[in-house]
Amino acid sequence: MSTKASQFFVVGERTNITGSPKFSRAIKEGDWNTCVAIARQQVESGANIIDVNVDEGLIDSEATMTKFLNLIASEPEIARVPVMVDSSKWSVLEAGLRCLQGKGIVNSISLKDGEAEFLRRAKLVRRYGAAAVVMAFDEQGQAAGCDDKVRICTRAYHLLVEQAGFPPEDIIFDPNILTVATGIEEHNNYAVDFFEATHIIKRTLPGAKVSGGVSNVSFSFRGNNPVREAMHTAFLFHAVKAGMDMAIVNAGMLGVYAEIPKELLTLIEDVLLNRRPDATERLVQKAEALKAEQGGASKGEAKEDLSWRNQPVAERLKHALVKGIDAYVDVDTEEARKAYPRPLDVIEGPLMDGMRVVGDLFGAGKMFLPQVVKSARVMKRAVAWLTPFMEEEKRLAVANGGTARAQGKVLLATVKGDVHDIGKNIVGVVLACNNYEVTDLGVMVSAEKILATAKEQGSHVIGLSGLITPSLDEMVHVAREMTRQGFEVPLLIGGATTSPAHTAVKVAPEYAAGVTHVLDASRVVNVVSALLSPEQKPAFVAETRRKQETLRVDFHERQSARKLLSLEEARKRRFTCDWAKADLPTPEFFGTRAFDVPVEDIVPFIDWGPFFNAWELHGAFPRILEDEVVGNEARKLFGDARKLLARVAQEQRFSPKAIVGFWPCNAVGDDVEVYADASRAKVVHTFSMLRQQGEKQQNEQNLSLADFVAPKDSGRVDAMGGFVVTAGPGVEAFANEFKAQLDDYSAIMVQALGDRLAEGLAELMHKRAREWCGYGKTEKLSNEQLIREQYRGIRPAPGYPACPDHTEKPGLFSLLEATKATGVSLTESMAMLPASSVSGWYFNHVDARYFGIGKLGRDQVEDYARRKGMTVEAMERWLGPNLGYDPRARSAA
Amino acid sequence: MTTPTHAQALEQLLKERIVILDGAMGSMVQTFTLSEADFRGEQFKAHPHDLKGNNDLLCLTRPDIIEAIHDQYLEAGADIVETNTFSGTSIAQADYKLEAIVTELNLAAVACARRAADKAEAKTKGRKCFVAGAIGPLNRTLSLSPDVNRPEYRAVSWNQVIEAYTEQVRALVKGGVDALLVETIFDTLNAKAALFAIENVFDEVGFRVPVMVSVTITDRSGRTLSGQTITAFYNSIRHARPFSVGINCALGGNDMRPYVQELAKVAECYVSCYPNAGLPNAFGGYDETPEDMAAVLGDFAKQGWLNLVGGCCGSTPAHIAAIAAAVKKSAPHVVAPPLAVQRLSGLEPLTIS
Repeated sequence: MSTKASQFFVVGERTNITGSPKFSRAIKEGDWNTCVAIARQQVESGANIIDVNVDEGLIDSEATMTKFLNLIASEPEIARVPVMVDSSKWSVLEAGLRCLQGKGIVNSISLKDGEAEFLRRAKLVRRYGAAAVVMAFDEQGQAAGCDDKVRICTRAYHLLVEQAGFPPEDIIFDPNILTVATGIEEHNNYAVDFFEATHIIKRTLPGAKVSGGVSNVSFSFRGNNPVREAMHTAFLFHAVKAGMDMAIVNAGMLGVYAEIPKELLTLIEDVLLNRRPDATERLVQKAEALKAEQGGASKGEAKEDLSWRNQPVAERLKHALVKGIDAYVDVDTEEARKAYPRPLDVIEGPLMDGMRVVGDLFGAGKMFLPQVVKSARVMKRAVAWLTPFMEEEKRLAVANGGTARAQGKVLLATVKGDVHDIGKNIVGVVLACNNYEVTDLGVMVSAEKILATAKEQGSHVIGLSGLITPSLDEMVHVAREMTRQGFEVPLLIGGATTSPAHTAVKVAPEYAAGVTHVLDASRVVNVVSALLSPEQKPAFVAETRRKQETLRVDFHERQSARKLLSLEEARKRRFTCDWAKADLPTPEFFGTRAFDVPVEDIVPFIDWGPFFNAWELHGAFPRILEDEVVGNEARKLFGDARKLLARVAQEQRFSPKAIVGFWPCNAVGDDVEVYADASRAKVVHTFSMLRQQGEKQQNEQNLSLADFVAPKDSGRVDAMGGFVVTAGPGVEAFANEFKAQLDDYSAIMVQALGDRLAEGLAELMHKRAREWCGYGKTEKLSNEQLIREQYRGIRPAPGYPACPDHTEKPGLFSLLEATKATGVSLTESMAMLPASSVSGWYFNHVDARYFGIGKLGRDQVEDYARRKGMTVEAMERWLGPNLGYDPRARSAA
Repeated sequence: MTTPTHAQALEQLLKERIVILDGAMGSMVQTFTLSEADFRGEQFKAHPHDLKGNNDLLCLTRPDIIEAIHDQYLEAGADIVETNTFSGTSIAQADYKLEAIVTELNLAAVACARRAADKAEAKTKGRKCFVAGAIGPLNRTLSLSPDVNRPEYRAVSWNQVIEAYTEQVRALVKGGVDALLVETIFDTLNAKAALFAIENVFDEVGFRVPVMVSVTITDRSGRTLSGQTITAFYNSIRHARPFSVGINCALGGNDMRPYVQELAKVAECYVSCYPNAGLPNAFGGYDETPEDMAAVLGDFAKQGWLNLVGGCCGSTPAHIAAIAAAVKKSAPHVVAPPLAVQRLSGLEPLTIS
């Protein structure tokens, strides 16, 4: 490039329909790749600004302007320079202004349509935040002579500065560069008029700039590029001397003034400076001679730097990926395909190498997101080229009795409670570009839905994203659920608050099959491809594990000193009350009572919300039935459910049973002793409770369920209860009947109803329990209030947040003789069978409430294991998710 | 166009000393461990969508908490409290199906902040406290395509963004804010639309209040998410004649250092800075103590870069108090005189002098 003065700026004109036939053709044909390539070529050739003009009668210029500006906005190499939005239509200019994040220039406004319209547009340009080219044009027409140019520009200047509040420095006058050497005598002084007007404007209108479209000056010599190029170069030399700040030119077609052959330069300057009457004639003669010499050949448009094309194919692919150039990617990919044994080798070799460079550059802050997204696009083009070959290979393999290589299916979701998804969307598109089959579940997706979908689709990889802090825990929850549900596919973690350390310390230990933190979209392809490649996976997983182990060690070293209260301290911060005065209800009976409850009695206690959730229809019941989107489906589903429920009741398919017991009890430390009778002579069972150990605010307690029971030393006898309820084995049996008929819909419906009935029965029995304890008799609650648990007393279940230890269940079951009474038994992992069952305790204290136990310190786990007569190791296994320390660090501790 | 007297007092205060902004709202809200029911209140009891996490909504359902947080920041020494309206646009509230409450929400938010400011003024004779209407960045962007296969695609249109911002700004201005703060800008085109909407509203109401602008540099590359350098960004919004321009969020003060310095050099208006309390740690929390933040920002002040200072994510009243103490002795940044040069930008700046 060759600007002569440092303070002269090149506005690339090739993205102007009137300045480039090639661009014009590409725009009309919708060949956007070419359009973008032209813009890039302008910037690479040194354009400081690019002029964009898509005025063409046959196309929708507003839409085209928007589309083209949006396209180049995602090309960082182009987008780094400001845009000059160029149109004779105001609506097109406005459409353009709405696409520019940078400060651009409007080209142009003028007094052509009168002062009022001029000022209106000027104010809007200011509000959009752009500079403006102001044409030397008024109600009478275009200014040709120097005096008219200066007069109109001066008038416009004062209007803009004084009435539109337009900053003078943002005014760029275009005093009209008109064609010389036309053979018409009046045109001979046009260049001189421009130089002189420029000089005066710059001197008399402070702050204002001058620009112009240079190509116009040489229009008489179209088809003769060497002459035109020399004319432009010479014109610029004089215009810049006169004070022109910028010019719209073909950035690739600028020569150097000093290198213009002397004779030609003299002839050109004679024309431009209007130095002799026969100047035009002499230049025309010379031009024809030059053209003949060159055999009519004219220089090509582009001077793009193509030296990289001489490199080996792998290097070319890398270059194209890093630069985001897709012009040659098909050719290069094909060449590479022929050079490598299998098409897949091209992907895993040179293409992935290129993407790795992109990832590294991005990670190092040397590339930024839009560039990465663009690289991904090139990658996609390359993969698309290879896909048919891979399909063919697959077809042959299958024909020969082999197996097809499975397409990678990736499931993405922003976890429950989080609505941020820009990053995840980008990860999704980058993966899709790389030929993965991506399912994006969107935002606020529950673990259940993620895992159900993953199962349904047979996803090969699950990716979780989150931006807000609480999402971190939700990710841990998902990982834990994946373990629980026996998943084996890789889990990816990403999003703004996530980190390699969090993944290593919190998530990875929850899911042995492998958790990888993915820093950003540029990394995800490398990670997924490694995880899905049988060859690369073992090494990759091993490396990830090693890194995570290091992070964990670091973390624990740093964290070992903090942050849980000692058990002793936590116990001091227990909840307590004036036990002497506390209302301790005595239930109507001690011991157990068993019930068979007809389905119809339970129905009013059903919380339908989760039922719809189970069917992935989301919304609060009953409003969901009227929901605009899912209402129709919800009503149908609800109708089917009621019908099936009626059948269940009528045919007595289910046999809901409940067992409830009450016992005299007292708290002893964090244990609750249950007595045979009110004399407290005989302890029949001891429930061991855990206590919160997290640091709390001043006025908050460190709770344990034992706190809601009167301590033994208070001298008062308290009472607690326990229950097990079930919808009965009929649920599974009935579902299986449907399955045998291949009616999965009804089968799932039966199971969902079974779950709802079990929960409803738990609610019903709790209501009765409160009545047996007295205080429930005066309760007047609607079903909705019941469901929202707006009553005194709680019924926490072992294994849930307030008492996460599932191993408390066997004691409860034996105390209730629950299996005998209800048929519900416990599996090895303490799950209840039949599945549609609920168990728990009743606590009556007026202040009893639900809470989460949070993290536990080693001191408490050891104490708890001792109290329960279990080994510490076993206890740690059951309490895994709640451990506030790393049990494996034992020997080091 | 006139500026209300209270807003003029803000200008006066800035001439005298470095003005203190408040700290994070979100992390303060978190300490209350609110439930879905708190977010819903009576008014949205039956709302068909989960509302937990919609912090702005608390202005309506738990105004006591929001006001209490403002109180704490004012007690810590903040001169300006930001309304709890970071997501107070129909576009952001659409995530919760609460597009319809935007006006009500913003009015309530201004009222919460104003009550707190009035109380603080009443407590100390002669003290002036100000309310800045916070305008967040939206969760959809005008500059970036969410679909790599359609780089020309945008998830939202200029007119939609203008409409959303206009509604919010109108409510904030009618509610009586002393200034507007377009903050956490990661896409400059969204910010330009916000500034465009603000000017429209000023025309509509016939007066203006100071407009503060604050951009987010997303990482150490020194660029916004949409790819602009700090000077390119300044050039993009300079036309709005901002009252102040600054940097907030994403980074801790230390990592902002070169950009704050660059901004102080180029900006022809007051300069603000309210960083996070460091980078998020492994658990999404922030580790910089009040002393850490105060040390960094105190140094910025000593360098003469700051007119307004406060905290973003992870900062607390204790941080603000420490920062206020640290900058107390430093003179405010001397604003660069306006230069009559043409400042253009793409992703990078281009100055034509």
